[in-house]
Amino acid sequence: MSGFFAIVRQTLSLSLRAGGGAIVGLVFFLAVVTVIPFGVGPDLNLLGRIGPAILWIGALLASLLGLERLFAADREDGTLDLFIVSGEPLVLFVLARTIGHWLATGLPVVVAAPVLGLLLDVEPLALGAVTLTLLVGSPALTLIGSVGAALTAGLARGGTMIAVLVLPLAVPVLIFGVSATNGAIADPEPFTAPFLLLAAGTLMAAALAPATAAFALKLGLE
Amino acid sequence: MWSLTQLANPTRFLGLSGRVLPWVAGASALCLAAGLYLSLFASPADYQQGDSVRIMYIHVPAAWLAMFCYTLMAVSAVGTLVWRHPLADVSAKAAAPIGAAFTFMALVTGSLWGKPTWGTWWVWDARLTSVLVLLIMYLGLIALWRAFEEPARAGRIVAVLILVGFVNIPIIKFSVDWWNTLHQPASVLRMGGPSIDPSMLLPLLVMAVGFTLLFVALHLAAMRAEIFRRRLRTAQLVAAHRRPVGAAAAAAQGGL
Repeated sequence: MSGFFAIVRQTLSLSLRAGGGAIVGLVFFLAVVTVIPFGVGPDLNLLGRIGPAILWIGALLASLLGLERLFAADREDGTLDLFIVSGEPLVLFVLARTIGHWLATGLPVVVAAPVLGLLLDVEPLALGAVTLTLLVGSPALTLIGSVGAALTAGLARGGTMIAVLVLPLAVPVLIFGVSATNGAIADPEPFTAPFLLLAAGTLMAAALAPATAAFALKLGLE
Repeated sequence: MWSLTQLANPTRFLGLSGRVLPWVAGASALCLAAGLYLSLFASPADYQQGDSVRIMYIHVPAAWLAMFCYTLMAVSAVGTLVWRHPLADVSAKAAAPIGAAFTFMALVTGSLWGKPTWGTWWVWDARLTSVLVLLIMYLGLIALWRAFEEPARAGRIVAVLILVGFVNIPIIKFSVDWWNTLHQPASVLRMGGPSIDPSMLLPLLVMAVGFTLLFVALHLAAMRAEIFRRRLRTAQLVAAHRRPVGAAAAAAQGGL
């Protein structure tokens, strides 16, 4: 178990220090949110209305960053081989890497979301809702991304490929995340049902994604 | 009787498929000719939609095959991962571009049909959106296949993604029942029998059989091409291996 947390800590500190990957992700999130008003116009009423959706899409795009190196480095320097030889279940290694990656890239986005929401004139209740749904939903994004990272770990340039593979799979998370947020703001729409589905999605991803990613990594080493 | 294990031998598969292919292709051509005559001339126009209802005879079979093809790929993916069947991976790889083409056809014909009946080329309705996601999945799979150099390893990795993406198929099938959408609910395969008139059901079924035969013919031909492509690749690798180092260097200097 201490080994598990060691891998989580190592992933976290590597993402935070080496090349500032996690910080760049946060800046990317800011950049996405900044670019949208240039596209749709500076009308604050409109931005306030679509703000939660912008924040969700920004978080989704930011979650794709850094996935390329999540397992590729371990595959290249032999860490993966050593871990498999050690006899420990590879699922735990994948889960630890994914948790570390989420702490470094997902959690900062969740924390930054309400601040960036202020720029878009999102009302306070919606700010709370979007932060809550992102907190519950963003682990699912990272978990789905980990499958894409494992599938492309053996490729020299897998970055674009990951985005193409992962985005369609992340659509349900986006749908339920945004509809739960809208449910919290507008009265006739329900909040509980999409929110519970979002949570269910995260739990399902937590149960299935690490095993799938571990399986794909093993296949890639054959 | 040929069993799946006997077909694991690519040479046997090539022999059998070579004999079957012309018959399947011929039957498909006959069915499509009959189906096109029935659907374009012999079936009645809709009392509301007029002649634009005839788009249905292309649109519905294409959409069925778009889903059928992915299901076939998912079965092949299980074959690759569980039984390591040598042809399962060839089957999945050959099916992907055909499935993408049928999905694209379903989207385009649906769009052309939507303009006169719904008044718009596109709506972000659950069925349309999930089929669009299916198209992106197909294209992503094809891209992933091409990214790996070695076909066997690519086959196993892509098989994992095929199975992960399979969750989309039931979502497409039931999207019109789960969500109240603009796209009409199922009218052929449903509880309580088809709700479509027999005069339109017959041409639709003939077209569906023709499309399915067309798919089988294209799939067999693509599988044969893929097997030949892999043999050629192996032969090239062997030839490159045998060539003496000096000759290779001379050839490189000679600009070959």
